[in-house]
Amino acid sequence: MGFLDTLLGRTKPVQPNLDQLFALPSAAITLQAATGLVPTGAGSVCFRSAEGRAFRDIESDVRDLLNMSAGDAPPVELSTDSYGFTWLLVRRPADQLDALVTDVHAVNSSLADSGFGPQLLCSLVGFAGPPGRLAIVYLYKRGTFYPFAPKGGETRDNALELQVRGAIGDDLKFETDLSRWFPVWGAPGL
Amino acid sequence: MARTRYAPDRGLTARMTLTMFLLGAVFVGFVVALVFILSAVNASNAAIVFFPIVLGLGLGIGSLYYSDKIALRSAGAQVVTAQQAPELHGIIDRICALADMPKPVVAISPVDMPNAFATGRNSKNAVVCVTQGLLRRLDREELEGVLAHEMSHVAHKDVVVMTIASFLGIIAGLLIRFAFYSELFGGDRRGGNNNNGGALPVMLIIMLVSIVVYAISFLLIRLLSRYRELAADRSGALLTGQPSKLASALTKVSGDIARIPSRDLRDAEALNAFYFAPAITSGQSLANLFSTHPSLDKRLQQLDKISKQLGQ
Repeated sequence: MGFLDTLLGRTKPVQPNLDQLFALPSAAITLQAATGLVPTGAGSVCFRSAEGRAFRDIESDVRDLLNMSAGDAPPVELSTDSYGFTWLLVRRPADQLDALVTDVHAVNSSLADSGFGPQLLCSLVGFAGPPGRLAIVYLYKRGTFYPFAPKGGETRDNALELQVRGAIGDDLKFETDLSRWFPVWGAPGL
Repeated sequence: MARTRYAPDRGLTARMTLTMFLLGAVFVGFVVALVFILSAVNASNAAIVFFPIVLGLGLGIGSLYYSDKIALRSAGAQVVTAQQAPELHGIIDRICALADMPKPVVAISPVDMPNAFATGRNSKNAVVCVTQGLLRRLDREELEGVLAHEMSHVAHKDVVVMTIASFLGIIAGLLIRFAFYSELFGGDRRGGNNNNGGALPVMLIIMLVSIVVYAISFLLIRLLSRYRELAADRSGALLTGQPSKLASALTKVSGDIARIPSRDLRDAEALNAFYFAPAITSGQSLANLFSTHPSLDKRLQQLDKISKQLGQ
């Protein structure tokens, strides 16, 4: 934010940054080789729905669009979490991570075209394997990734998260500020 | 280029610019007047003018650096970890991720009056504090609206802006006091020595000028504060996309505050400038011009407008 914006108390909503998202499929291969974690085929997009009709219309458009591209895959599931954020859960065959990322991108472009790009929060792709369950979360506003590995209750497996960063930290642009690795308990697609 | 729904409010920007320009103009006028008065007599009184300015600068910088600690101390607030208040942290995490801001320190004040404030000299040293009363009265999305408003204060660096703006008032206030005391006690020391005969009217003039500057800057600072509140409402509502939730939180909070007996509120008034909604005591009719926050009607009106824009 510029000096003038600060002085005048203006905040421009931050537009989502998608540059890094498409690096995910290749990083998933490295991740599998290093830790044995494989994609579950589930991925989700989280956004803060705005009030009013305009956003509701776009929400249903996005849903239709994803269902059309799904073919014979299960339809997208729409849910609202306890914080009031909307999650779109997409399930694709586990080896089609590319398709998943493309779908995630479709959600973004629909929202951005109608002026709701700043409402995007994060996207996550689920992984599972011998070390446990894990999500790679993409932060739209930062254009960075971080791992989230929930254990029982509301605790995180920090060791696994750091191990994952070690394994694919060179392939993906990881979030360097650890305080921004916020937990997404019970997120769909995890 | 993607379409944007977030048209800036030019009217508000223009009014805020004008207010800050006037504050600057008063400041320049004040300095010119002081220099003029002092150069008209021999400058033996310069120390009396110089000292309040240094003291005022010190106070301003000090309060800027310790604003987080001072505010937390005076609200009796405790910093809480993510384990102690997972819900509150969850909301703030999401707001920070939406706005691409570093996460502030989160604190809870045990007070039952529903309110919230944000302070700290920059977004890396920010503290966001809510009272127990607020947590008890608001639902999660209303709380989100209030926190987005507070995070907008952090993003707009309102603590820094208001501290700099108040600097003029602080100096004028100190000068009034210094001039007054030097009037009272300065005369005796000089005794019958009459070659500094200009001293008495000079201090009187400085005092009068300072009083005028203080009064004008007081009104301008309050006006600026109200505009900053409107700007924070606006940014907060656009950030979450839920202006109506913020509006509903405002009505709940303002109503509750007005209903609480004023005896408890007198303690709270010192903190008003930081608060989400001011603790109003009785006599609201003259309050508008002097208050740090815009009236509830005005705030709701603005939120209505944003809600309409979002729905189109």
